[in-house]
Amino acid sequence: MPVLEIRDLHTQVGDEPILKGVSLTINPGEFHAIMGPNGSGKSTLAYTLMGHPHYEVTAGDVLVDGESILELEPNERAQKGVFLAFQYPHEIPGVGMSDFLRTARASLTGEEVDILEFHDELEGRLKQIHMDPSFATRALNEGFSGGEKKKAEMVQMAILKPRIAILDETDSGLDVDALKAVAEVVNSMRDGKFSSLIITHYKRILNYVRPDFVHIMVDGRIVRSGGPELADQVEELGYEWVRAEA
Amino acid sequence: MASELQDLHADYEKRWGFRDPTDYVFKARKGLDEEIVKEISWLKQEPEWMTQIRLRALEVFRKKPMPNWGADLSELNFDEIYYYMRPTDRKGRSWDEVPEYIKKTFERLGIPEAERKFLAGVSAQYESEVVYHSMKEELARQGVIFCDTDTAVREYPELVQKWFGKVVPMADNKFAALNTAVWSGGSFIYVPPGVQVEIPLQAYFRINAENVGQFERTLIIADEGSFVHYVEGCTAPIYSTDSLHSAVVELVALKDSRIRYTTIQNWSKNVYNLVTKRAIAYEGATVEWVDGNIGSKVTMKYPSVYMVGRGARADILSIAFAGAGQHQDAGGKVVHAAPDTRSKIVSKSISKDGGRTTYRGLVEVQKGAVGSTCRVECDALMFGATSRSDTYPYMEINEDNVTIEHEASVSKVGEEQLFYLMSRGLDEDEAISMVVNGFIEPFTKELPMEYAVEMNRLIQLEMEGSVG
Repeated sequence: MPVLEIRDLHTQVGDEPILKGVSLTINPGEFHAIMGPNGSGKSTLAYTLMGHPHYEVTAGDVLVDGESILELEPNERAQKGVFLAFQYPHEIPGVGMSDFLRTARASLTGEEVDILEFHDELEGRLKQIHMDPSFATRALNEGFSGGEKKKAEMVQMAILKPRIAILDETDSGLDVDALKAVAEVVNSMRDGKFSSLIITHYKRILNYVRPDFVHIMVDGRIVRSGGPELADQVEELGYEWVRAEA
Repeated sequence: MASELQDLHADYEKRWGFRDPTDYVFKARKGLDEEIVKEISWLKQEPEWMTQIRLRALEVFRKKPMPNWGADLSELNFDEIYYYMRPTDRKGRSWDEVPEYIKKTFERLGIPEAERKFLAGVSAQYESEVVYHSMKEELARQGVIFCDTDTAVREYPELVQKWFGKVVPMADNKFAALNTAVWSGGSFIYVPPGVQVEIPLQAYFRINAENVGQFERTLIIADEGSFVHYVEGCTAPIYSTDSLHSAVVELVALKDSRIRYTTIQNWSKNVYNLVTKRAIAYEGATVEWVDGNIGSKVTMKYPSVYMVGRGARADILSIAFAGAGQHQDAGGKVVHAAPDTRSKIVSKSISKDGGRTTYRGLVEVQKGAVGSTCRVECDALMFGATSRSDTYPYMEINEDNVTIEHEASVSKVGEEQLFYLMSRGLDEDEAISMVVNGFIEPFTKELPMEYAVEMNRLIQLEMEGSVG
């Protein structure tokens, strides 16, 4: 059974339609990439999947493990294994990253979290992505640089262990070292069951995180799907090529 | 013999200025007049000078107008208040009369049974005997005086006479005058020169009905080079059937001393909490007010520091929480009356469900206070469309060579922030209380550990069911 199935999804913000019929099926273990120009609806898709209150679904459905999640609150979606790495992660003053993630994991699993084990795990993940362990006790994202915020999103993902992670332009604004570190974390999640939907403008991240499928999104629709080679064509010919074909 | 007794009696009358106590029985009654004031003083076996202070204060109280610049006090009726009740008069209230929301909070905070009854005003005494006694010995060894103010008047009259009403004069405001006329209970602390009191002194250790009374009077004197931290109140709600709580707190920080005064106020939501708190900081002295206001119907409280000696410092950190039907009108006041004085006011407020918070602050820099610096920071966090937050930062700067900074922010708790937290698995209530606890973290981190933990739990309870 697919872990995530998007069926003819239509979304609007206010009166403005943004997604105009998106369909996509992600099976366990698969990595999918969605590429597209600015304003094509990629981030809207990410927010809609996570249940942001501003995005109204007007038609279609989203299923996780065969069950619709459209009526679920964001935290209930998270409990089903959905994770969104934000393009612009929010700062939460006064809330330590470690305390926050421990609370979040307890909410997700419904179990007490062993503090010492958790501490070691978090420290390991921070090191893996080349962040100083002191970030564990700093307020969540507060005063983090753009790159640190993106990396912290990956640490959160690794700690919360979702089954389907949506990466909303996690690669944008990262230098090559940071990009490699991000890729390392994502790749370390691969276990045949973990799936990912990588939203990006550029092929760059896909050189490090190999997708099984690439989809091109233009004007609220997926206009073309294929293998990794599709990303090369975009790189070479730009989005105008797809637009012209579509 | 008989004549000796008579002499004694005559002398008593002369010395204490009272009627013969044998034909006098105190009965608690509503309203305020000279008789009541005299009776209070008599019951406490006070010296004449204190009786006279009380009577003068009563006159001042009558003449002073109601403050009309702050919270709405129009429902306050002075004739409907008991100005003094002996602890024995207070008995008879039963657990059944305690409002459900308070009982629930006790339960969820895990307050022990005996304490619950005390906090609810059902039993008149609660003492943590063991802790208190070992602490008392240690304090005595250092020469520290820590007792209730009634006892201090009898046992340390020189100290009390020297400072009582000097920091907060009775004519300061109507409620300071009222307190001076009818005060009862409160804490008295004297720390000898050079003594550092390591453990925070908590009224909680010797709490009794007088301490949580309506008109506490607290006086703390830190002699040269000494340090003391006093903690007043507790996070658990204190149930009071009295509609008015009007305390006066006076701090005297002598040369190079430091006083930290921490308050957590959680009166039940029928109480007008009108408190005057003020400190004098002499040369090189530091005064820190850490002031948390969660309960009450209306609070008006602006902890103040008068920096009268070179290099004195003031640090005022306050938080206020206002839910439905509550108005927290709080802030701080600093007076720079000497050169090189430094002050910082940080005020954080949270309003939800139509609650109202006001920051009201005064920074005064007097001529000659050169090289002084002051920083004011107020942040308000609001939930719901009907909540309200106002900021009134007054400044009177009469010296050029000073640095004054003011920063204010108001934020509606962001849907975006909540969405972010919820996307990680937290439900809406958890997400809200996390944002709020984070917001007040600069306050909670200044509290003794057990208070900080309780504070976070309390805020969580208060925030439950709010709509973002």
